Amino acid sequence: MNFFFEVLVGGLLAGVMYSLVAIGFVLIYKASGVFNFAQGAMVLFAALTFVSLLERGVPFWLCFLMTLAVMIVLALGIERWVLAPLANRSPITLFMATLGLSYVIEGLAQLLWGAQVHGLELGIKDEPFIIGGIFLSQFDLFAAGIALSLVIILSIFFNKTQIGLSLRAVADDTLAALAVGIRLPKVWVIVWSVAGFVGLVAGLLWGARVGVQFSLSLIVLKALPVLIIGGFTSIEGAIVGGLIVGASEKLAEVYLGSVIGGGIENWFPYVLALGFLLIRPAGLFGEQAIERV
Amino acid sequence: MDLGSTELTSTAHTLLPPLLKLENISLAFKGVKAITDISFEVQAKRITALIGPNGAGKSSLLNVINGVYQPQAGTITFKQIPHKQMTPRYAAQQGIARTFQNIALFKGMSVLDNLLTGRTLKRHSTWLEQAFRVGRAPREDRSNREYVEQLIDFLDLTAWRKTLVGTLPYGIQKRVELGRALAAEPTLLLLDEPMAGMNAQEKQEMSEFIRAINREFGTTIVLIEHDLSVVMSLSNHLVVLDYGKKIGDGSPEEVRHNPEVIAAYLGTRH
Amino acid sequence: MLFTEAGQLATSYKAEQKLFRLRQDYVAFGILLFLAFVALPYWGSDYWFNAILIPFLVLSLAGLGLNLLTGYAGQLSLGSAAFMAVGAFATYNLELRIPDLPLLFSILGGGLFAAASSVIFGLPSARIKGFYLIVSTLAAQFFIQWLFTKFSWFSNGSTSGVITAPPLVMAGYDFSTPVGRYLLTLSIVASLFLIARNLVRSELGRHWMAVRDRDTAAAVMGIPILKTKLLAFGMSGFILGIAGALWAFTYLGTVEPHGFDLTRSFQILFIIIIGGMGSLLGNFLGAAFIVLLPILLSQLIGLLPANHWVDIGQLENAQKIIFGGLIIFFLIKEPDGLARLWQRCRERARIWPLRY
Ligand SMILES: Nc1ncnc2c1ncn2[C@@H]1O[C@H](COP(=O)(O)OP(=O)(O)O)[C@@H](O)[C@H]1O
Ligand SMILES: [Mg+2]
Repeated sequence: MNFFFEVLVGGLLAGVMYSLVAIGFVLIYKASGVFNFAQGAMVLFAALTFVSLLERGVPFWLCFLMTLAVMIVLALGIERWVLAPLANRSPITLFMATLGLSYVIEGLAQLLWGAQVHGLELGIKDEPFIIGGIFLSQFDLFAAGIALSLVIILSIFFNKTQIGLSLRAVADDTLAALAVGIRLPKVWVIVWSVAGFVGLVAGLLWGARVGVQFSLSLIVLKALPVLIIGGFTSIEGAIVGGLIVGASEKLAEVYLGSVIGGGIENWFPYVLALGFLLIRPAGLFGEQAIERV
Repeated sequence: MDLGSTELTSTAHTLLPPLLKLENISLAFKGVKAITDISFEVQAKRITALIGPNGAGKSSLLNVINGVYQPQAGTITFKQIPHKQMTPRYAAQQGIARTFQNIALFKGMSVLDNLLTGRTLKRHSTWLEQAFRVGRAPREDRSNREYVEQLIDFLDLTAWRKTLVGTLPYGIQKRVELGRALAAEPTLLLLDEPMAGMNAQEKQEMSEFIRAINREFGTTIVLIEHDLSVVMSLSNHLVVLDYGKKIGDGSPEEVRHNPEVIAAYLGTRH
Repeated sequence: MLFTEAGQLATSYKAEQKLFRLRQDYVAFGILLFLAFVALPYWGSDYWFNAILIPFLVLSLAGLGLNLLTGYAGQLSLGSAAFMAVGAFATYNLELRIPDLPLLFSILGGGLFAAASSVIFGLPSARIKGFYLIVSTLAAQFFIQWLFTKFSWFSNGSTSGVITAPPLVMAGYDFSTPVGRYLLTLSIVASLFLIARNLVRSELGRHWMAVRDRDTAAAVMGIPILKTKLLAFGMSGFILGIAGALWAFTYLGTVEPHGFDLTRSFQILFIIIIGGMGSLLGNFLGAAFIVLLPILLSQLIGLLPANHWVDIGQLENAQKIIFGGLIIFFLIKEPDGLARLWQRCRERARIWPLRY
């Protein structure tokens, strides 16, 4: 039984990391209706920029700020050259554009910083410790703590600041928001910058865990089922979805994998998400609307 | 006063069973009521108009009739067969066709192809016969094509036969949508605001088409329209809705003099 | 005279249903067939067959498979490569386990297996719409790749899942030379394109586009939505499966499941975005583009005077940026792809020398 809980808790904590990536998605989807496949590429870009600066002797906090600045520039570019020209196009077109965007960002990241794997040390010891007979990874707890603070920071940002409120207005009713003079391009740039910031945080945590390398870009594929389960529009959903995916994936690998052969964590979340979709086509937290005609 | 029961359609038609009968239909979206307990009848071969302010539930009612929305209560009786709810495909098979308030054409297809799609249910060949042009497929292709060409002539669409509908002007698109519905040779034709957004002359043309369809094909028509002068001259029978409830039902003359209707609807207009 | 259409009006419905309407089109098509079937095999070099023509043809076919599903029927898929894999592995196993089965039947059988698996992963489209559907196709992508890697039965015991081409003999004729493989590929691709052309102009093609453009309206016409979607999944899977078999056996010779990964699926999606969604010609244009661009790029870089700083890895990154950028460019400027560009040139030519 202890073993079961160990797997479960390990899975939940890993799930937090998925949630981190998924939150970036939700932000962008809420404000601009874009399903941003390039979120993974943004994580890679941020992490690569960060370590490359760090390795050149720039102090930690300065690296962080500089990377943040780079992500904001990236957001500006995306708004200008991708989002604005594609305004009012179908969601599928926008999705495919972000697919192209992910290629550009990945190529750019590796063109600038090279393709080798970088280690990243955040100064957290990864010694396991025991609570109630269960082994816990210190690093995982740290990551969970960061994710939690991020959610708190974001909800303060969205509920208390002027900018955050206008973002929410856009998400709730774009036309009304335009009518009261909120400028969409500005909102988009801000949201994509915030998503870049979330991407940076996710990139640092993931990078510290698995090394900063190309595969970071692929965690977008983990975030997708998380979003399907949690719904595209809810940050809480992203968290819950991440936990569900993380836990069930680990449990499945241990208990199901031993029966049908391992390595199922690539497809299992998708089958799980598919199951959820068939029961609730709009996700756990999404609202199902009847199409108006 | 319950106007529904004092209906005075004083013609021989009342002796025939109605083509369509709605009884106590109610529809709600997540608890918000769109239609409350509505009943009325539609006589065969006549033009019935649904009127009422925006949000009254007119479109929802059409959607209930052909199965796009499923009502929570009530009965829809079409050709003497009662149903709790319809499905779009079943309704089409029973001979119900329609147009939409916001044009719902197939934008990436030509006028011709849009109209041909309307004849889907007139085909019996399988997709394999169609793919290899064998068996029943070629004959069907020909006969459907001939029917659609006639419709194109009838609706004056010849100039745009091969044009992608997405690029056509609004008024023409409305007419193409009418043609697509008509291609199915329906018994009952539902038209959701066929003249919305048109100028006086276009409205005039569209009215003529609707009248001609009713006269020449004998099609029963239920339409939604806001322009009262058009409605009064076009329809034999009016049903008035307000806030999801029926507040009037009868001939144009009767409805015109119904105090409740005047108060709720006409009064605000004049 | 070449461009005049005088006197070539369609006089009957039948005439309009023909393969091509204009005399010039017949001539052009004849020349093209002659070039492809006679002139190229005669003059082409092995490099051309192996590195350009065969992959071009197979990718065009794969593009067609996805285009039927996404471009015509409007169902976005990110799992094309998985169905190619099913086609390749099923063909391999049919050849292996039913020794007397003629090669052509194994390939068709591979297509049928792929069609069946595509239909299974298409079933959720009954309830899920729009880009939610990519979940189902991604499930296919990851699950099928895992299946072929994990269970070596599919690759006759090879631990890494590698499969090798059976002898390419058909009706006693050996097709294993580069020219032979080219001609085999060409014949299969050309026939499938002809069938597809009929299909998209038939009632089923109209149903696909109707579901793509307005599914509610399509349902109201009486079009059976689920059946229409599943037929799109099935046809798409069938064609992708055959493309996969050709990719494995006439192009590469040996292939492993990894060769049909998500990147391949993206590549095929890019073919139809660049070439043109909902266009048959677009598949060829997109595939040509995808095959030729890397070759052109490396040639260009080779021409640069000081090229010691450009290593292969950088070239790949540059390629990624260019592809990604082009995708965005096309979505913005020419959503109907190269096919639309081509059509516009043609229209110019038809009314030449007038400007409009
Ligand atoms: N698909 C739907 N989902 C939620 N509410 C709907 C939907 N369709 C209609 N409604 C609501 O039902 C009411 C009636 O709408 P409708 O039938 O479109 O009115 P009308 O056509 O008379 O203008 C409105 O309050 C509308 O908001
Ligand atoms: Mg309405």
